[in-house]
Amino acid sequence: MSSADLTKLDASDLAAKIHAREISSVEVTRAHLDRIAKVDSEYNAFLHVAAEGALTAAEAVDAGLAAGDAPASALAGVPLALKDVFTTTDMPTTCGSKILEGWVSPYDSTVTTRLRGAGIPVLGKTNMDEFAMGSSTENSAYGPTKNPWDTTRIPGGSGGGSAAALASYQAPLAIGTDTGGSIRQPAAVTATVGTKPTYGTVSRFGLVACASSLDQGGPCGRTVLDTALLHEVIAGYDPRDSTSIDAAIPPVVAAAREGAKGDLKGVRVGVVKELHSDSYQPGVISSFDAAVATLTELGAEVVEVSCPHFEYALAAYYLILPSEVSSNLARFDAMRYGLRVDDGNMSAEEVMAATRAAGFGPEVKRRIMIGTYALSAGYYDAYYGQALKVRTLIARDFDKAYEQADVLVSPTSPFTPWKLGEKVNDPLAMYLSDLCTLPTNLAGHCAMSVPSGLSKDDGLPVGLQIMAPALADDRLYRVGAAYEVARGAIA
Amino acid sequence: MFPTPLSQHGHSAVLLGKQLRRAAGQRAQPPSARPEVTKPRSLGCSETIDVEINPKGAHAVPAISRDEVAHLARLSRLALSDEELDQFAGQLDSILNHVKAVSEVAADDVPPTANPNPVTNVTRPDVIVPGLTPEQALSGAPAVEQDRFAVPQILGDEQ
Repeated sequence: MSSADLTKLDASDLAAKIHAREISSVEVTRAHLDRIAKVDSEYNAFLHVAAEGALTAAEAVDAGLAAGDAPASALAGVPLALKDVFTTTDMPTTCGSKILEGWVSPYDSTVTTRLRGAGIPVLGKTNMDEFAMGSSTENSAYGPTKNPWDTTRIPGGSGGGSAAALASYQAPLAIGTDTGGSIRQPAAVTATVGTKPTYGTVSRFGLVACASSLDQGGPCGRTVLDTALLHEVIAGYDPRDSTSIDAAIPPVVAAAREGAKGDLKGVRVGVVKELHSDSYQPGVISSFDAAVATLTELGAEVVEVSCPHFEYALAAYYLILPSEVSSNLARFDAMRYGLRVDDGNMSAEEVMAATRAAGFGPEVKRRIMIGTYALSAGYYDAYYGQALKVRTLIARDFDKAYEQADVLVSPTSPFTPWKLGEKVNDPLAMYLSDLCTLPTNLAGHCAMSVPSGLSKDDGLPVGLQIMAPALADDRLYRVGAAYEVARGAIA
Repeated sequence: MFPTPLSQHGHSAVLLGKQLRRAAGQRAQPPSARPEVTKPRSLGCSETIDVEINPKGAHAVPAISRDEVAHLARLSRLALSDEELDQFAGQLDSILNHVKAVSEVAADDVPPTANPNPVTNVTRPDVIVPGLTPEQALSGAPAVEQDRFAVPQILGDEQ
């Protein structure tokens, strides 16, 4: 099998062939490294490529299999692209920011440790909006990633690098993080699959914080099954994350295999009235409506549900997130790690202010200031305090909706990928692309984006969002896999 | 900390979709009463975002002035240029005018949710585990002296 063919295979197929010793992990890893070397100058999906480390990990997998050892995991030997927000001791971790340029963490994130333990070679670190703040990767200090479907367009954000790496066959698997949609929206606009797992099921230890009560690492793939296999590798209780849930991870791989049989009889699907608007892009709405019809054909019972407080989700989110950001990013003080701007005559405070001004980009600065404002003495109750109450009301809306439905569905984003540069100077317009994904993060639930085809009006990818309650991640995979089979190939 | 109330001036709100327009309807005047409606901007699709300027004093919580943005930058330890302040002042005003929609929600008797996991006082067994060595902990430091982080002067000469 040629090197180019290897990059087109699904992760589950690659794993089967590697474990049967039909092909080696080194061959597969090298094929992807060759592909990265050949095409990534066009997409800018990777900030760092770790050829040597990936091949060393692949050699170890091959050696173990040759010695008759069982594979370390279902994905052992299949290489992966890691979002540059998880710490790694053998690669830099920049979070897409100049303030961490060249910084190498003294410890691995728990996700990194799990990937290493599962025998998954890490090809490199992927591009992202600075500290995961953005919906286009244009906020990366290292230049935007381009959407492989149309390189004049955004690949989504903040995890645009991971999604573009998948869509351009530079990696068969990727890891993202989702604070308000940063896994799902990039998946939607690149026609890939991405899941935001239930908050607390994937450790945040070593995940550089954006907004701690919202951040969640998660799996990205080109198929629902591949995504499920990776989900089971990275999820699990971690005593080093105090918000980690000490509970069994739902059986997502079994659910994906069950769903692939194409029968959704007895599954209740709720269409969220508030996430279906005639002001969304018409091609997005028609793709979504067709997806709902497909779910009905698969035997699902479709009902309409109402979540009246979702209309305030965007406002609540853009108070809660900046508030947490302003606190979390105070750690970038030029004292212990990262950039320091110092002319030798400055006080510590002047060094901090000069370093942060030079090291952070505009979106990070805006959010730090919004958060500082929302948390200030005079405005705390009106802004942050009130947003936390709205958060409760959004969770209650979900609870009520889940009395009527097992999963909820909506478009993942109101529109298809826009042109690079189009919304750079209009932060609020950019925020609107997360309208449908934010409520899940506020409630701490889980959700997936699965491709629903190409928009009729511009031929660009559209995502179907499937949502489920906390610790019911398996429902996403059952419905997602059934839909994927019925939908068929895209384009 | 902040001079309040601020001078009352025009506010902008960017709206998308029925749901957000409905939110606006609760506080904004009907279209004919709006003092100014700017040209709709493209959403990258066939629909548009309405940018509307609401009547003076329509909101209980005021928006933000350039001076306040400068104050916020100081509190945030961000040495911003004049150009950045000019740019951010308008953008922050527009964002704050949108997010203040949370104040419309009747939620007096609603408890706040700070974290979706209702966990408190998470502890671990008091067992010693290996930590970072001094070399590891200092590996990313901008400056090191005698196994310590070297930092610029914190107190003034007279102190």
